[in-house]
Amino acid sequence: MIEPNVAGGLIGGALIGISSVLMLLLLGRITGIAGILTGVITWNKADGLSWRMAFVAGLVLGAVLYQVFIGPLPLQMQAGGPLLIAAGLLVGIGTRLGSGCTSGHGVCGIARRSPRSFASTGTFMVVAVITVFVMRHVLS
Amino acid sequence: MKAAIAALICGILFGLGLSISEMINPARVIGFLDVAGDWDLTLMLVMGSALIVTVVGFPLITRKAHPLLADKFSLPTKTRLDMPLISGAVLFGIGWGLAGLCPGPALAGMASLEPGIFLFVAAMIAGQYIGIRLEQALVR
Repeated sequence: MIEPNVAGGLIGGALIGISSVLMLLLLGRITGIAGILTGVITWNKADGLSWRMAFVAGLVLGAVLYQVFIGPLPLQMQAGGPLLIAAGLLVGIGTRLGSGCTSGHGVCGIARRSPRSFASTGTFMVVAVITVFVMRHVLS
Repeated sequence: MKAAIAALICGILFGLGLSISEMINPARVIGFLDVAGDWDLTLMLVMGSALIVTVVGFPLITRKAHPLLADKFSLPTKTRLDMPLISGAVLFGIGWGLAGLCPGPALAGMASLEPGIFLFVAAMIAGQYIGIRLEQALVR
């Protein structure tokens, strides 16, 4: 087993939770990153564009602040060019059709006790585990 | 304007959370998904910690008449477990497992200037456009 990052995981997770709670409290919105991104790339002014752009900017800025005040970002890529493109396409299509990702369904939807989010989170977790098993232990 | 500033701050908290918890690192994510390899339970701690905050916070907030900076709550309205939901979650799960990246960490990870992240984000945006087209085709 790999040594887990216990303190970072618990503190970072709490920050993600606090961010999602504040978004609901202040804006009345679900913090689903895939959905927020969709609003930006489709330039959907009818459904509020400025808060979406501000959130995405903040997301990047948060990681910048980490690099400035805490240290280099822990980032070890696990896939190269063609695989990254395939993965990106699948994540993009899948989050559109499936109405959300790890944040919208996994963190917010489960807190809303949404049956769709339970079904989605269970499905993408199991499929991702199978995908990694096939890539790491069957194909390689 | 107030809403945009609130969203910016929430985005920063979220980006910091992803960085501190190392969920920005595909190696940590794949480590969690690789149940047959050197298992890394950090992702479970992150999600658990975030969920404690949202599971407690969300019901307290939705009891209110409206959010502090908006007229009404904008919550998902779909309730049916349908094929787009599940097939989307399957596609997302495959993509997530291939690269260890989902929308939040991918967007925040751009702060590292790692070229692979930009490749993934570009593909993810293209994928969302494809997903929107597919949704329109399915509705017809």
